[in-house]
Amino acid sequence: MDYRIEVEDLNVYFDEAHILKDISINIKKNRVTSLIGPSGCGKSTFIRTLNRMNDLIDSFKMTGTILLDGGDIYDPKVDVVDLRKKVGMVFQKPNPFPKSIFDNVAYGLRIHGIKDKDFIEKRVEDSLKEAALWDEVKEKLDKSAMGLSGGQQQRLCIARTIAVEPEVILMDEPCSALDPISTTKIEDLIHKLKEDFTIIIVTHNMQQATRVSKYTAFFLNGEIVESGLTDKLFIEPEDKRTEDYITGRFG
Amino acid sequence: MNRIISPKNAQKIMKGVFWASGIVTIIILLIIIGYILIKGLPVINLEFLLENPIDSGKSGGIAPMIVSTLIITFIAVFVATPIGVGAAVFIEEYTKENILVKLIRLGSETLASIPSIVFGLFGLAFFVIYLHMGWSLFSGGIVLAFMALPTILQVSEVSIIAVPRSYAEGSLALGGSKWQTIYRVILPAAVPGITTGVILGMARAMSEAAAILFVVGSALAMPLSIFDPGRPLPLHLYVLATEGISLDNAYGTAAVLVLLILIITVVTNTVVERYSKKMMGR
Repeated sequence: MDYRIEVEDLNVYFDEAHILKDISINIKKNRVTSLIGPSGCGKSTFIRTLNRMNDLIDSFKMTGTILLDGGDIYDPKVDVVDLRKKVGMVFQKPNPFPKSIFDNVAYGLRIHGIKDKDFIEKRVEDSLKEAALWDEVKEKLDKSAMGLSGGQQQRLCIARTIAVEPEVILMDEPCSALDPISTTKIEDLIHKLKEDFTIIIVTHNMQQATRVSKYTAFFLNGEIVESGLTDKLFIEPEDKRTEDYITGRFG
Repeated sequence: MNRIISPKNAQKIMKGVFWASGIVTIIILLIIIGYILIKGLPVINLEFLLENPIDSGKSGGIAPMIVSTLIITFIAVFVATPIGVGAAVFIEEYTKENILVKLIRLGSETLASIPSIVFGLFGLAFFVIYLHMGWSLFSGGIVLAFMALPTILQVSEVSIIAVPRSYAEGSLALGGSKWQTIYRVILPAAVPGITTGVILGMARAMSEAAAILFVVGSALAMPLSIFDPGRPLPLHLYVLATEGISLDNAYGTAAVLVLLILIITVVTNTVVERYSKKMMGR
């Protein structure tokens, strides 16, 4: 089985609003998949169904199945805590906790009951190194994460996510609040991370999609218009609407 | 153009009005505190602070009153803080706007508007008579906790709302449970605000005479346990002034009370500010 996530006939509603329509898509293991599309097309809602963050919204209703490694993540027996450990998330706006840099990365480990100090220290260091932040923060691990720059904060959030060793990392426009240099750093990081993780990234930046992802899905009005290899989708799209979007005719 | 005042002049006038409002606030505070301190400070010396009163307070010190005040304030804060913060967490995190929340809010607002003497009457009827607890600092502390509760609840609620939702999302996305998120992320971020609420509630409890008038028993002796009767500073001040015992010592007592509140507020604010700075990396 090559697929980490298999989504079949997913429909999502918020009250009466039909947000996602008949979404079917398979996400390959250890690859980066980009989700592109105009604002309000349902990309963010889609990735939030993958770690069940939409459960927090009362009006959320869904039909269809989402399998993670073959297991239905909406099975009533599934523990959301375990799921979110396996499916990490990086948000649009960097959202470190108002705690020290060290405590931010250690947070996930601690809430999952790990008390071994040496283990936590080692894992914090490894995660910060993997997130390409270690050299910038190793002298000030006990300083507040709020004092870091936006780009550093976002890499810290990535370090925090990988510290709990998820299988999948969801990224919801992780660079939209960052300057170009920070964006490049995050993109480099994504390239490195795909060796260990399956990554799904929502982006408004089509160049970014072509730079970081092997696969791309184009969302429009809650549907997937087209999905497949990024190279193919951007060079010879099958659907007229995809072509219109990637050539900038709307959106 | 038939404006009476040009926008430019209106701007100037209003700026002056707001500036004056600010200054008046400071002046009122300075006049009251200054008057109390000018009248009271000469009375305060080590003997006044450390000794028991003699002749109902005509001379001697106010040590038992200081101790009484500290005890009832501590009890009030100790009881009201968990309830107030707990109710705020419940309203903000565990339930939606429903009848129960409206009732809690109504309850808290009503509690805040009940005259303190009514609290006192309730304390007398419930603790002293019905529960046969007699006059005690403990009962007084509980009554004051009821008085401090609405302030602590309301300020805690506002502080919890002010914590960005993105913090909670970050914690939940890492697999944190709701309680872990509240305990480890939301409450620590809300601590500076909650502390302000506790201080406001505490100051209200600390300076209350009417609410404890019938409850603490007005004993002059040094309280040896929280179940002893006592006479907190505001009550002592009231008795000294109304029964014509010693107006000088009443000012002295008032000055001690004001200074005590001032010290607690300043110390707490300093600690909280340091905590916020560390938390936010400034």
